Amino acid sequence: MRFVLALLTSLVLTVPTWAVQPDEVLKDPALERRAREISSGLRCLVCQNQSIDDSDAQLAKDLRLLVRERLVAGDTDQQVQDFLVQRYGEFVLLKPTFSAHNMLLWLTPILVLVMGGIGAYAALRRRPQAAEALNEEERRVLEALLKQDRSAS
Amino acid sequence: MFVEAGHFALALALGLSLIQFVVPLWGARANDPVLMSVGRATSLAVFVCIAFSFLALTVAYVTSDFSVVNVVANSHSAKPLIYKISGVWGNHEGSMLLWVLILALFGAVVALARNSIPLRLQANTLAMQGAITIAFLLFILLTSNPFTRSVPAPAEGQDLNPLLQDPGLAIHPPLLYIGYVGFSVSFAFAIAALIDGRIDAVWARIVRPWTLGAWAFLTLGIAMGSYWAYYELGWGGWWFWDPVENASLMPWLAGTALLHSTVVMEKRDALKVWTILLAILTFSLSLLGTFLVRSGVLTSVHSFAVDPERGTFILGILILIIGGSLALFAWRAPLLKQGGLFAPVSREGALVVNNLFLATACATVLIGTLYPLALEVLTGEKISVGAPFFNFTFLPLIVPLLLLLPLGQTLAWKRGNFLGTAQRLYAVFGVSLIATMALFAFEYGGPVAAPLGIGLGVYLVLGSLNEIVTRSWSRGTPLSVAWRRAANLPRSTWGAVLAHAGVGLTVIGIAATAWGVEGLATIRSGERVKAGDYEARLERVMPRIEANYREDVAVFTIFRQGQELGSLESMKRLYVTRGMPTTEAGIMTVGLGQVYVSLGEVAADGSVGVRLYYKPLVLLIWIGALVMALGGGVSLMDRRLRIGAPARAKMAPSAAVPAE
Repeated sequence: MRFVLALLTSLVLTVPTWAVQPDEVLKDPALERRAREISSGLRCLVCQNQSIDDSDAQLAKDLRLLVRERLVAGDTDQQVQDFLVQRYGEFVLLKPTFSAHNMLLWLTPILVLVMGGIGAYAALRRRPQAAEALNEEERRVLEALLKQDRSAS
Repeated sequence: MFVEAGHFALALALGLSLIQFVVPLWGARANDPVLMSVGRATSLAVFVCIAFSFLALTVAYVTSDFSVVNVVANSHSAKPLIYKISGVWGNHEGSMLLWVLILALFGAVVALARNSIPLRLQANTLAMQGAITIAFLLFILLTSNPFTRSVPAPAEGQDLNPLLQDPGLAIHPPLLYIGYVGFSVSFAFAIAALIDGRIDAVWARIVRPWTLGAWAFLTLGIAMGSYWAYYELGWGGWWFWDPVENASLMPWLAGTALLHSTVVMEKRDALKVWTILLAILTFSLSLLGTFLVRSGVLTSVHSFAVDPERGTFILGILILIIGGSLALFAWRAPLLKQGGLFAPVSREGALVVNNLFLATACATVLIGTLYPLALEVLTGEKISVGAPFFNFTFLPLIVPLLLLLPLGQTLAWKRGNFLGTAQRLYAVFGVSLIATMALFAFEYGGPVAAPLGIGLGVYLVLGSLNEIVTRSWSRGTPLSVAWRRAANLPRSTWGAVLAHAGVGLTVIGIAATAWGVEGLATIRSGERVKAGDYEARLERVMPRIEANYREDVAVFTIFRQGQELGSLESMKRLYVTRGMPTTEAGIMTVGLGQVYVSLGEVAADGSVGVRLYYKPLVLLIWIGALVMALGGGVSLMDRRLRIGAPARAKMAPSAAVPAE
């Protein structure tokens, strides 16, 4: 399926190649690590499902520089993220917020697991675990059959 | 002329598949063996027609016949021959033709298995295959005709997308499609069983090889795609949780669940209704994948408007096939009798848990892929669901499943003993725990994920192999006897062990990516870039001109701790016809790890942006997948699945009597 992706990407103007350029890298390795961490969670808005950390597009570069600028200015990770969401909307986050309109998205895994589990357990329980004991009539027939069998052999 | 003949053959195939759909179905209702066996002949004829049509398109590509629109748009006379051939399916129309070709091929193979499948089941199954063929042939003929002529014919073509000019294109789509379409056989068998209202262990035994085969090919196809993306896209990622990838992962997850539930059905005659439902869902997800990719709905909701005809058409097929089969399921499933009782703690119980987790994982990928589309259509709100979401939700579902895997594999059928089973695995627990601890001590302060993940992988590999050991060796058994016993275990046991060990290898490879290092620098000839213990020295940059592209080749010498390992080339290409640049990463394999060098900008003053990665154990990701597929293959060779193979004679008891 990658090749179809490649087809699509090529239509959307960018060739994914190279991302972070050497001249963008911050001097402070701790800050740079945070910048990379944040970047990998932000969507390159003009690309196909790529983070700005992976994308070569001009916009991704601008966003990477912006993230680094804010970090150098002393923002926390959360503040940087909030700043970008304010500017570009929730679309920029690759991990959607845990808010009302995303409830179904976040809860589906748990709902399916729990309901499936209950369903499977109920289906198991519903089935009789052991055959019912023979009644008087059946036992008599069985006795007779066994006796017949024994005498035959 | 040949092109028109190909077009005509496609139309003929449509007519024949109509017969393949109607006549056997009618025959099965009327209980007429002659009508029922019409399905065989027609499905062979359909295959021949579509194969001819595919050949016609291939010839047009190979001879660079630029009077065909499709060839003009995707080929070039200077393109190497292999890409002329693989270019046939490197575009929308051609890839749909490949899709139906494989569909027809599967139909023909089902038809040829004349003695092993009951006539009635075969007739209904072939009719269902016919129905699917009709839908997709109509789609091709009405909206995506690969044989359209271009008048007047241009002198030269527009070339194939450079990213696709890679041996990967020759292998990846066919493998993936065999996987996707292979599930159509399980689907058709499931529908046939529903129509007949009868299903039993024989059904499961007939269906299982098809599911196994499709699953093995899908595994290979996904792994191949992942490796291709890894070396071609140039930043060393191997899985992106891209919607297109998710589209192939969903049928894989459902197919894996189906494989396991079929085992329960075959061995214990239980989980029938669920197995039928899974067979329907698995193929539905394959169709959904085709729809998502082919309609362009993924790029944006709006691309529907760009080509509404195709999108709507596939959506129609989707609704008809999925809706129809689910309706049939709701109507007929209550007729199917449940069999095979089992206690919750048993092999069956463990396989139910397996199915539960796999189905949930599949549902998670499904909602993650479709939710942004649905939300935008319903509320206009735009959100993105990307890798961080999937990692966060998918891992907690997969890790417990993997932890339970060796336990489930060891549990007894019908009624198992959890503690007793755990006891049989104590050595495995011990060794994996020690391995994890040792890795923690060794890396001291490194990423937590790597030792934990590798410990899990080791546990999976050993846990799978433990099955062979416990079944062939006990204290005091001479090794030669144990060896013989192990060799005589059923192939399906070996297959399961291999497949599960393959999962372990992949897990190790994935976990080890946490140890990957990268270095980034702009350097000139003679200078070095460093990543961990590894260094790359740029020797020179030279231009090179090939038939349909020109490139800058950077030659690097690779060092580990100052010691020279060899040299590699990394390229930056420009495909002339499309004016499109690509990067070709330079890769050197060191043990199971890889040194990966990709190029950035080449400046006028000769300095080059270089990114160097070292990825320890990365090859295990794909080797694991190969081993999984191999396990599928070995399992396919089990004599139980070769229906019609003579049953092995009971061991003669007299052999045990010593001659006195």
